[in-house]
Amino acid sequence: MARQEYTDGLKECIPVAVGYFSVSFGFGAVAVNQGLSALQATLISLTNMTSAGQFAGLTVIAAAASLVEMVLTQLVINSRYALMSLALSQKMSGKIGLGCRLIFSFYNTDEVFALAMARKKPLTSPYLMGLGTLAVLGWTGGTLAGALASAAMPGAVRTALGVALYGMFIAIVVPQARQEKPILAASLLAIAASCLFSWVPALQQVSAGLAIVISTVAAAGICAVLFPVQDPSSSQEVKSA
Amino acid sequence: MSFGGYLLAMAVTTYLIRMLPLTLFRRPIRSRFIRSFLAYVPCACLSAMTFPAILTATDSPIAGLAGLIVAVFLAFQKKGLVTVAAGCCIAVFLCGELSVWLG
Repeated sequence: MARQEYTDGLKECIPVAVGYFSVSFGFGAVAVNQGLSALQATLISLTNMTSAGQFAGLTVIAAAASLVEMVLTQLVINSRYALMSLALSQKMSGKIGLGCRLIFSFYNTDEVFALAMARKKPLTSPYLMGLGTLAVLGWTGGTLAGALASAAMPGAVRTALGVALYGMFIAIVVPQARQEKPILAASLLAIAASCLFSWVPALQQVSAGLAIVISTVAAAGICAVLFPVQDPSSSQEVKSA
Repeated sequence: MSFGGYLLAMAVTTYLIRMLPLTLFRRPIRSRFIRSFLAYVPCACLSAMTFPAILTATDSPIAGLAGLIVAVFLAFQKKGLVTVAAGCCIAVFLCGELSVWLG
């Protein structure tokens, strides 16, 4: 029973793990390009398990910014995970113990969350562990492979791989912005703010990490006032589950 | 600042964000403003990170722009994550090769 549940988790996560491997391959190459060692890049992926947060983290490290800025950047960029964990905790029964929750918290990524929420059967600890196994292996392994391969790659290939993460961000944002106008508004506002920080001389003093934080908070704040969300969609899903 | 300090700050912050709602604070968020704000954060953040940074991530802004256009086009067609990322990389690579070839 427990074994079947674990295998279920493993199987469901295979496509996600393949995607993670290819995207984190790009992260590894970029990290080494910015002066980190292969080991350091791999450690970041192993302990963070988040694309946007890690990518922004690289920017903060490259700028030799303060730890406060690092914490602030991660808080804002990764705040969405709090919402996902909250939604998932409503779906978890009391049978899922503290140990499982503490381990699962390492890898509750957007994709793993989506798989767990879509599960028709009640969630079990072995299933949740199964989901995480390949996700962590794919993400960390891809980073290591990309970091090691980076040295052997011609410069043009390395540069091209450097935009892989941007490609992934675009793949996440565009379909949502296409469907929902408020999301489109939030994206465009954030881009406008981020352009100001890049191009207005007086604002160029602001470091890259902080510029992302301010742009995000401003855009999401304005849109939250203009287009408040209707129902707590997450708790609705939980009720039906 | 040492790498270890950054790594610890990143990992601990990210972990707590995910861990606390799964263990301690399990109540749904009531405030409509906070729920709305959190709903818009992901796309706002990813957008701010992507543009205009993608223009300076490559050897020339034109290569970055080409990658951006190809990626937005593919994403608009609802292609998967790997396809969009690969298309973006290939566009940048081809632009780079073309500019070398043209001298």
